This record gives sequence, structure tokens and C-alpha cells, in this order.
Amino acid sequence: MDLIWSEAEEAFRAEAREWLTVNVPDTPLPSGDTREGFTAHLDWERRLFDARWSVVSWPERYGGRDASLWEWLIFEEEYYRAGAPQRVTQNGVFLLAPTLFEFGTPGQQDTLLPRMAAAQDLWCQGWSEPGAGSDLADLSSRASRVDGGWRLSGQKTWTTRGAFCTHLFGLFRSDPESVRHKGLTYFLVPLDAEGVAVRGFGRLDGDEGFAEVFLDDVFVPDSAVLGGVGKGWSVAMATTGSERGLTLRPPGRFLESTRRLRDLAVAHPERLSGRLREDVVEACMRAEAYQLFTLSQVSDLVKGRPAGAESSLNKIWWSELDVLTHRTALALRGAEAGVDEQWSRGFQFALAGPIYAGTNEIQRNVVAERVLGLPRAGR
Amino acid sequence: MDFSPTELQRELAEGTREVLDRHCPPTVVRAAWEKPGANGPDALWSALAELGLPGALVPEGAGGLGLTVSDLLPALLETGRAGVPAPVVETALVAVPLLLAGSGHDELAGRIAAGDAVVTAALAGEPVPWTGSSGHALLLDTAGAARLLAQPAQGAEQLPSVDGSRPLARVDPSAGAAMTADPGAVRAARLRGALGTAAQLVGLAERQLEMTVGYVTQRHQFGVPVGSFQAVKHHLADALLGVRFAEPAVRRAGLAVDADPAAERPDTAMAVSMAKAFASDAADTVSRTAIQCHGAIGYTDEYDLQLYAKRTWALAAAWGTAGEHRAAYGDALGLPPAR
Repeated sequence: MDLIWSEAEEAFRAEAREWLTVNVPDTPLPSGDTREGFTAHLDWERRLFDARWSVVSWPERYGGRDASLWEWLIFEEEYYRAGAPQRVTQNGVFLLAPTLFEFGTPGQQDTLLPRMAAAQDLWCQGWSEPGAGSDLADLSSRASRVDGGWRLSGQKTWTTRGAFCTHLFGLFRSDPESVRHKGLTYFLVPLDAEGVAVRGFGRLDGDEGFAEVFLDDVFVPDSAVLGGVGKGWSVAMATTGSERGLTLRPPGRFLESTRRLRDLAVAHPERLSGRLREDVVEACMRAEAYQLFTLSQVSDLVKGRPAGAESSLNKIWWSELDVLTHRTALALRGAEAGVDEQWSRGFQFALAGPIYAGTNEIQRNVVAERVLGLPRAGR
Repeated sequence: MDFSPTELQRELAEGTREVLDRHCPPTVVRAAWEKPGANGPDALWSALAELGLPGALVPEGAGGLGLTVSDLLPALLETGRAGVPAPVVETALVAVPLLLAGSGHDELAGRIAAGDAVVTAALAGEPVPWTGSSGHALLLDTAGAARLLAQPAQGAEQLPSVDGSRPLARVDPSAGAAMTADPGAVRAARLRGALGTAAQLVGLAERQLEMTVGYVTQRHQFGVPVGSFQAVKHHLADALLGVRFAEPAVRRAGLAVDADPAAERPDTAMAVSMAKAFASDAADTVSRTAIQCHGAIGYTDEYDLQLYAKRTWALAAAWGTAGEHRAAYGDALGLPPAR
């Protein structure tokens, strides 16, 4: 047992750090959840791709570096440490791509992955509907069989950056007789297809980061099905596993935000009450604990012991850590907290963490039932 | 990079659990409330000595197992889970390396390895546990000095203890003889006390969670198991969360202590402080959640949960509270003092 990086891993870290030091923009880009900011972020994504840093863990033939999970963690740590821009491609790269690697046909992989890596296709997630959020299996968007493909109809919502993306992956009910988890199919849908209408709208922080996606008899070919007709639920669950687990919110993100919190506390001794000091320490320790938990999980994973339902523990931990970090930062800023800037924006975004990727209430049910083994039902 | 427990660690922990299932069931912990242990090793201690736990850190040539702190921690976690009513952490983890650190007490360490000596320890000025069953006590002060006294129960004031299986005594801080120990060695011994206690707290938390999951699964109200209610589920999920994140922090602190045996780097103390703060808080949360989820039976002394809850509270308070360790961690982070 050790916590020591190999020479090769240290060399990988040095290479990543050097490139990021040279290339990360000196002034932060405008928010990637606005139209103007999104474009600026696409330029950044293409620079990442050109230097083969956009999808480090993917095979080289798709633009990656065949990096190990360890190297991926190192890259993420360096990425956040360097203060590099948010990844507007993340829902494709981190949520759809793992599913494509697991369930995609060779044709789908060869067509879609290189374009995703190069930020040519921009993917958003089509899970939630107006009537199906936490209870995703209650969704009602439908797919009807037609000659050579499918016709999709329905409405998706809370679609992150949907107004700026080019493609949507989502679940549709392909068997009209089915209920709940059965009879769903996972589709890949170009947003410029005839019959698609997208309406962007503001999130809590005012950015147009959300969208509703309306599908009215949209034709997609058979090649738009991912993982088999009627298999949508199990295919989608593979994606939500990545979403809750380590790939969406790597520890480096929180090590960096708590480092900034510590600096803020040092800069404001006049506001550092005993209680706030404990909160600063608690946030810093929790970020470290998340790192250690992740290293432990990955150690098990590379030995063939996947995290499974335990990924719900990650999700509760990092989302509540993020709220603690930002609440504490705002308290340290005093009346300045009312100014719309990085910390107050971060605070508002942190409040989304316990909601997206499965609310923390749902995660606690998963932990209780599938990790602790408590009896199901009884809501 | 490989942060999974090693085969050796797993095997020693499993072996320890098997021995403790036989030698330290709740009846043994409860019996320790009734009568103070004999002075010196009893049957339970001998069983632990047969496993090699008390002398695990003594070099093989001197009759020990020659293990690292990291090797021993998972077994200590098991002693916590079982609520072993004896100073295992104090003897094996606090005393042994200090006795061997050029202080001229190699002979006592050898007797520990042979299973013949029991040594308790505490921070100077704080209540000392298990003086009655210990042949020696170590008192460690914050300035880096240590005192060793024989037959510590003699002349000590016995205190009423919340955890009756962990008797407490007030010992004169100037009793016994000053050890010729390096301040670094004493500092490291204090950290090992906090670390071993943190491992035991994780074990205690796991046991109380298991008891509670078992109880709420078989206890029915409104015609269903109470564990099917979301309010109960969420309490227990939160309790588990703290435990699962405390355990790797304990493991990491073990590696830090092994890599820096004289505790010269600030990172080492930070790692231990984080482990003790998290383990104390996690186990305390579990104990209160466990009592709540059991309902009235959790508030009885006939039901065994109280044995482990009270040990949890005792250990959470020993070797630095969560608050004290957080404060120390904040100092090491360079935070200004609280205003």
C-alpha cells in the first residue's frame, strides 16, 4: 500500500502542468453557460484537442493519449490547479463517451468519438422531462418505429447548454405498451433535425445554461439507437454511474476551490470567527478526504472491483462539500458577498450540485438500499 | 500508487476479528463493567498476544512481528469494533516505539512482545484509562517530555467513568520517572495515540451501524420494517457517509506516520489530525444515529448498543477532540487565529 506516483506518472504531470502554464488564458473566459462565453470556450476546447489534452483517457486513434485512470486524475488535478476554463464539452466527453465505449457499435464509435473529442459535435443530455425528474422511469417522450428508423416526439428539459449544443443523447419510450424501466431506448439525436425546437432559459444565476428541447415527429435512422432497442434503461444507468462517480467531479476541482478558500480566510483575519475557521478547516479536510476516497476507489477499480452503488457516496460528498466551501467563502467576504463575481456565482452553482445527476435524496435511498441493504419501498 | 489495503493487512485484520468474535463478545465487554480487570494480562490480552498484536511493532529479532503502523491499523480497527476493554492502542502503538527509541526500556518492550506486560498511556494531565490492569503508564506532555510510572493505579484517584469498561484515574502528572526520550519521539507517540484511537473509532462506528441496520430491518411498525422508511434510511446513509470517508483518512495517516517516524513534517501531524477529527465525528454521529434509529431500546443499558456508544464517546474525547485536531490542522494550514 502506498500513495506514491510512478516516475512515468510524475512525467505525465510535468508535461500537463507545463502545457497548461503556457496555454491557460490569463484572464478567465466569460461563462460557458452564455452564448458569447460558449464560443470562447469552444476555441479553448479546440486548443486542448490540438495538443491532445481534450480526452486524455481515450485511445489515441480518437484523439486521446490512452492515459490510465491514474493519469486522468493527475491531469484533472493539474487542470483545476491551473485555473483552466470549465469544460463545456463535459456532458459528451464524460457522460456519453463512456456509454459509447461500452455499448456503441464500431461504426458509432468511429463516427462520433473523434468529432466529440474535437468539439465539432457538442452533446447535451436528454433525460429529464417536465413530468419525469427524480422518477426518470416515468418519462413519456416516445419513439415510433417507421421505415428505416424512428420518429421521436416529446419534451426534454433542464438540458444543460442545450441552446448551444449540436446533439442530444436521451431516453425515449420505444414500446408504447411498456411501463417504467422496460421498453425504453437510448437515442442519439442531431438538434438540427427537422422537428426539433430548442428554447434556452436562465438558471438561478441568470445564465442561459438551461434549455427545453421539443421534439415533434423527428426522424432518426436506426444508427441513432445506442445499445439496442428496449435496452435504454441499463444503457443509461451506465452513464449515470459515471455522472455520480469520479468522472464528472474529480477531486482536483475541490482541492483547488478549498485552496482558494484558505487564501480568502488568510486575507480576512478580521472576519475569521472560531466557527468560520472550523468551517474553512472542515472544507479543506473534506476535499482531501474526497481525494483519498477516490484514490482508494480507483485502486480497487484497477484490480477489478468497481464502485457500483458506492458512487452515490461520492456524489453526496462532493456536492455538499461544494456548498460548504462557497457558503464559507461568502461569509468571509462579508457585505462583498452581494457583488456578482466568482464566489457568489460559484455559490449559486453549488446549490445545483445536490440536485443534478440524481438528487441527494435519491442518492441516500441508493446508499441505504444498495450499500447498507435496507428494505426497499416505503417512500 | 496503490491505496488498497495489502494482503497482510487484510489477513491480520481477519485473524483479529475471528479471535475477538470468540474472546470479546458483548458479554465480555459488559463483564468488564462489573469487575475491574486483573492487574496484568488476562485471557483476552493473552489471546491478542498470541496474535502478536501488543508487540506487533517490536522488531522480529526482539520477539515482535516487526510490522509497520499501517500494517497494524486494520487489526486495531477490529479491536475497536469489538470494544476490547484493554489498552491495546496504548501498549502496541503508543508505548512500543517510544520504549525502543533509545530510552533504555527495551526490556519492557520485550515483555510486551511476550504478552507479559500491559502499558497504558495518556496525554499528561488527562484522565488515564485502565490503570488497574496496566503494569505501567506513560504520560506524554505537549512540550515533548514523557514520564513512565510503574503500578499506576497506586496513589491514583479512580474517577467514575461514563464507559464503565474503560475505567479512568487521575494520575499525578509528576509521578514516575522522566524518560530520556527525544521530543520528536514523544510527539510521534502522541500522534500514534490519536491515530490508533481513530482506527478504533472507525471500527466502533461500523459495529454500531451493523447493529442498527440489523435492528431496523427486523423491527416492524405500521406493518413494515422501520428500515424501509425514508427518514430512517437517510439517517443511516448519512452515518455511513462519514465512516466511509474517515477510513481512507486513517489509512493515509498510517502511511504518513510510517514515512516520518519522528513526526518532523507538518504534513504528518495534519494527516493524523484529519484522521482523528473525521473518525471522532463519524463515530459520534453513528452512535447518536444508532440510538435514535433503535428507538427506546437504544436508550436502555440492557441492550448492547450502549457498550459501544459509550466507548465511542470516550475515544472521541481522548488523544485530542475533533475540535482540537481541527484547530491544529488550521494552524498548520497557516490560518490566522480565530478572532
